[in-house]
Amino acid sequence: MDLSPSRRTLLKGAAALAATPVTGFPAVHAAEPVTLRYLGTAVNQSADIARKVKEDLGLTIEYIPVVTDEVTKRAVTQPNSFDLIDTEYFSLKKILPSGNLQGMDAKRIKLADKISSVFTKGEVAGKRIGDQGTAPKKVFYLEGQDSKKFAGEQTEWISLIPTVYNADTLGIRPDLIKVPVTSWKELLNPAFKGKASILNIPSIGIMDAAMVVEATGDYTYGDKGNMTKPEIDRTIKVLIEAKRAGQFRAFWQDFNESVNLMASGETVIQSMWSPAVTKVRAQGVPCTYQPLKEGYRAWASGFGIPKTLSGRKLDAAYDFINWFLSGWAGAYLNRQGYYSAVLETAQANMQPYEWAFWMEGKPAEKDILGPDGTLIETAGATRDGGSFDARMGAVACWNAVMDENTYMVRKWNEFIAA
Amino acid sequence: MTDLALPAAAAAERTAAPADAARPRGRALAYLQAAPLALVFLVFLVVPLVLTGIVSLWEYNEYEIIPALTLQNYADVFDGCLSADLCTTLRTYMSTVKFVVLTLAITLPLGFAIAYFLAFHIRSGTVRMGLFLLCTIPFWTSNVIRMISWIPLLGRNGLVNDTLRTLGLIRAPIDGLLYSDFAVVLAFVHLDTVFMIVPIFNSLARIDRRLIEAARDGGASGAQILWNVVLPLAKPGIAIGTIFVTTLVMGDFVTVGVMGGQQIASVGKVIQVQMSYLQFPAAAANAVVLLAAVLLMILGLTRMIDLRREL
Repeated sequence: MDLSPSRRTLLKGAAALAATPVTGFPAVHAAEPVTLRYLGTAVNQSADIARKVKEDLGLTIEYIPVVTDEVTKRAVTQPNSFDLIDTEYFSLKKILPSGNLQGMDAKRIKLADKISSVFTKGEVAGKRIGDQGTAPKKVFYLEGQDSKKFAGEQTEWISLIPTVYNADTLGIRPDLIKVPVTSWKELLNPAFKGKASILNIPSIGIMDAAMVVEATGDYTYGDKGNMTKPEIDRTIKVLIEAKRAGQFRAFWQDFNESVNLMASGETVIQSMWSPAVTKVRAQGVPCTYQPLKEGYRAWASGFGIPKTLSGRKLDAAYDFINWFLSGWAGAYLNRQGYYSAVLETAQANMQPYEWAFWMEGKPAEKDILGPDGTLIETAGATRDGGSFDARMGAVACWNAVMDENTYMVRKWNEFIAA
Repeated sequence: MTDLALPAAAAAERTAAPADAARPRGRALAYLQAAPLALVFLVFLVVPLVLTGIVSLWEYNEYEIIPALTLQNYADVFDGCLSADLCTTLRTYMSTVKFVVLTLAITLPLGFAIAYFLAFHIRSGTVRMGLFLLCTIPFWTSNVIRMISWIPLLGRNGLVNDTLRTLGLIRAPIDGLLYSDFAVVLAFVHLDTVFMIVPIFNSLARIDRRLIEAARDGGASGAQILWNVVLPLAKPGIAIGTIFVTTLVMGDFVTVGVMGGQQIASVGKVIQVQMSYLQFPAAAANAVVLLAAVLLMILGLTRMIDLRREL
């Protein structure tokens, strides 16, 4: 808790009462270090980043780690409980209409022009990528600083400055699966009965199910990230049938659950997040983040600023974001398998062999170490899914909030109860 | 929340008793004495409940709650319940009630047996209190940790399966140990038995030993004493323990989630999912229905045993 405003008010009040100026007070205040309360999921919050920014800028970052849904809930219901939000782009459809975020001034973001074209244009290496669901480019620009509407084209006001993004696919245990896995439909292959898992986060789980449905060739969605009611019914029906047939071992809800399921061999195929695969491998258990022919389901998160932020704290937030884009943090995140917003500055902070492995899909020249110094891959290994361009270029859809979200959640509860 | 119904009844009694005294000054004093507790209940129980009830009648969308009266949230809760196929709500409640019944069926005899042993078979008061405290030791760690500790034991490649395989008793691992109804009931028994032991022990400890001697002198057998003397006198403890276990299991979604592999529906989970999607009115409607269901069950229990008289 930052008590300085109340203390300031108190002192001001006391000063007014005594009708004498409190000399030297502003200087005392200016000397106080700024603390930014950083709301986001634990995945993106790292003590190393907080330490480095303290060294470089003197800013104190106070992490508030919560789960994805809780970030949204806090942003809508308690906008005064944080100074900086790190949330996913799809959540914007819920947060922005609440009027609790302010558009970020592109002119104050030094590297705004260098932000990856994935966000600004929906392109990778000049090639258009899938934009089903809540693709970041649809919600990247705002009509004005206080606008509650997304702008179709480039404006001066940005909703969120990207922190990390990635393209998700299925994780498998290659030692326990004997057949080649090349399609999303393998998730519901009866050969893996009782050994499959998906996430129990409705808005993401249903997208994975939609990828499966399309892969079987039964149905093609207009937009997997924005289904109609009959499409939701159809998708949930497929899931219920699989569940009743005993296809699933368990559902997972957070990062560590997914790691434990896979590492303990309870499941051999499941939807997973890239760093979770890395973590399973770090335990000495073989695990592959399997590229599939239908493509990836992508997600992206970014920094937003609450409307109430002003003065020194606002300046500090811009300073922090500019620092974040300037390379050190980007390289740090790239080394975990994420992608950073401004690739050029991240590249400048990485060794050429690291860049070649993580971003160009080339075999590792040397052993690849994680940011904390643990061995992730030995020399000669290649990253799952290949280069940045190959991976982000093969995105089929983005995590989304549907127009029929309420109905979808109801049907998802039906699936869990089935 | 409903656990508080008991102290509330006690509080009512407390205010009622001095009120019988005709002197108005005594009555005013009695109200004054009851006021702090009444205020606490008003602020922390009645007001939130009323608010929940009101919000359950409001409309909502993804990012706001609209204060306009509607019964749609309740219609959604019971959507499809009139058709032949079981609706989500009924299915969920049936699953939850099943866990209540199974948990009660195990914790009640178990809790009674332990409490009986403590109350009647341990002579030394110090040893009795020592053993009683021993029962509470598991509560020194958190609920979730106690649950999670089962997972490496019960898993497909867990300790139990490994041991059985090494002993040659099974060839393929038993999948049903973890992420199943069995696992959920096991965890509930582990977590909730103590809530049975404590009130039953309390009842048993207050039984006048001369009654049992009298029964024995009258020629009653051990079983007859248990059935005709001890059990009736333990009824309040059993009822309170049952209420504890029932309300705990009804409202629990963490245990069902963790031990059931998130595959088993529970009323609490439905509410949690709706809350996390900012569907507060829908969650409130579900909470009101849950409260009604729990109150009905407790009402049924108090019909069987007049708690206020027994206490």
